[in-house]
Amino acid sequence: MAAIWPPVATFIVVAAVGESVVRVWGIAPYLLPAPSGVVRAMVANWRELLGSMGTTAVAALVGFVMAVAAGIVVAVGLSTSRLIQRAFYPYTVFFQTVPVVAVAPLLVIWFGAGVQSVTICAFIVSVFPVIANTLTGLLSTDPALRDMFRLYGASYGATLWKLKLPSALPNIVTGMRIAAGLAVIGTIVGEFVAAVLQGNPGLGVMVMEARRLGRTDLVFAAIFAASMLGLAMFGLVNMAGYLLLRRWHASER
Amino acid sequence: MVATGSTTVTASAGVSITLAGVSRTFDGGSRPVEAVRGVSLEVPAGQFLSLLGPSGCGKSTLLRLVAGLDRPSDGEILTGGRAITPDQRRSGMAFVFQDAHLLPWRSVLHNVALPLELLGMQGVEGTRRALQAIQDVGLADAVDRYPAQLSGGMRMRVSLARALVTRPTLLLLDEPFAALDEITRQRLDEQLNALWQRSGMTVLFVTHSVWEAAFLSQRAIVLSSRPARVLADIAVPLGENRPASLRTETRYMDVMRQIQEVMKGDMTYDIKGDGKGDDDE
Repeated sequence: MAAIWPPVATFIVVAAVGESVVRVWGIAPYLLPAPSGVVRAMVANWRELLGSMGTTAVAALVGFVMAVAAGIVVAVGLSTSRLIQRAFYPYTVFFQTVPVVAVAPLLVIWFGAGVQSVTICAFIVSVFPVIANTLTGLLSTDPALRDMFRLYGASYGATLWKLKLPSALPNIVTGMRIAAGLAVIGTIVGEFVAAVLQGNPGLGVMVMEARRLGRTDLVFAAIFAASMLGLAMFGLVNMAGYLLLRRWHASER
Repeated sequence: MVATGSTTVTASAGVSITLAGVSRTFDGGSRPVEAVRGVSLEVPAGQFLSLLGPSGCGKSTLLRLVAGLDRPSDGEILTGGRAITPDQRRSGMAFVFQDAHLLPWRSVLHNVALPLELLGMQGVEGTRRALQAIQDVGLADAVDRYPAQLSGGMRMRVSLARALVTRPTLLLLDEPFAALDEITRQRLDEQLNALWQRSGMTVLFVTHSVWEAAFLSQRAIVLSSRPARVLADIAVPLGENRPASLRTETRYMDVMRQIQEVMKGDMTYDIKGDGKGDDDE
């Protein structure tokens, strides 16, 4: 628990500096709101903020889970043969390099504006780290153990389930850690382009709307909420990783 | 001495091995690498045989060939009078590697039970046999521990228990204790001798230690540096039981001297097998 104090202290110092800079120089709130103003905006709009956070969280989480599931399946497929790997792996890099803002309009054409397209944006940006890390893990299985499994006539399924996937687990968790943060970013970018204004709009929509109304304090509030969400997802994955690996992996001891 | 050839094996059975003109050449990169050249051997059932040679001489390759994990470029290998076909289930065989190679996410018990699982034997009977094998190597207290919680020597004993749990007719060991300290290693050698006596299995033991070969085996095959050829076939007439006290006896020293003479006689031992000076001529 003592670990929580250093970052909290940093936060307080930065907030205090921001507050005094804004006050001393008299910066207009629509350019840079004082931290106290942001807090006030958060308190006044907590219902909308929480609702937006929920909407964004659902899209990010669904996109993340899809990315983990698909990423592992694709990596297992790629790991089956050198030829398959050479034929398809370069194309998975596409997910890494494509600017999701540029693809989002396409998604709107195909799936319509709304939560579906937003979720797919989250998926696109977060799937590659899962594929890449899982594949590395699957390919670096101890050759001696692979020989042993062969010696006992283990089937492909048994080798995958009892040897390759567990050995790849630390890598899978690493991929998930990266993907968790990216999923939130992908969702917000998706909301910029592909969300509709109805029900509880996501944090991305909130940012756009607040900017349009000149409510910079609300923009900051939404950004803060978004980073909290990213942190929460990251923390969740970390905890899952800890529970899965604590008994045997050096990274968790 | 009953070689039934069936897959269910009773406690006291070994299998005979025949190597006839076995060679293995790898086509590595620019030029092929010859690892094993024309090795012929007849190993009777139940014998403890050491394959002795310098590092990188191809003795591990030879062991992989016998295990059927690799195929000879030339020649034939028979176990129990039958040829090894690749990727068949070799339930009568067990392989122990240089390091323990345990699954870190499995407890000692589940590591040892793994071969039985893979061979389709699970449940109460599997657990019972795994526990027995763990007890045989003296680790009954560590059943529920994880590999990360064990010392190097204990890990190696788990590896040994995992190999023995299927009650193999042929045990292949590839420099199994090379990474351990001398004292631990001696204790494990004694334990291995006891386990071999009890089971009657055939053992092929690859090592680069003259002391270990002389202490453990009934017969030592001295191999040349790469490509591996048989230099000498030395009988080790020290009986079956090898107590720790044997290490100080003159008859043990005599065997070591005999092996040492052969190794000295082979000039190729001057060149360490690092692949650098191999291709002159």
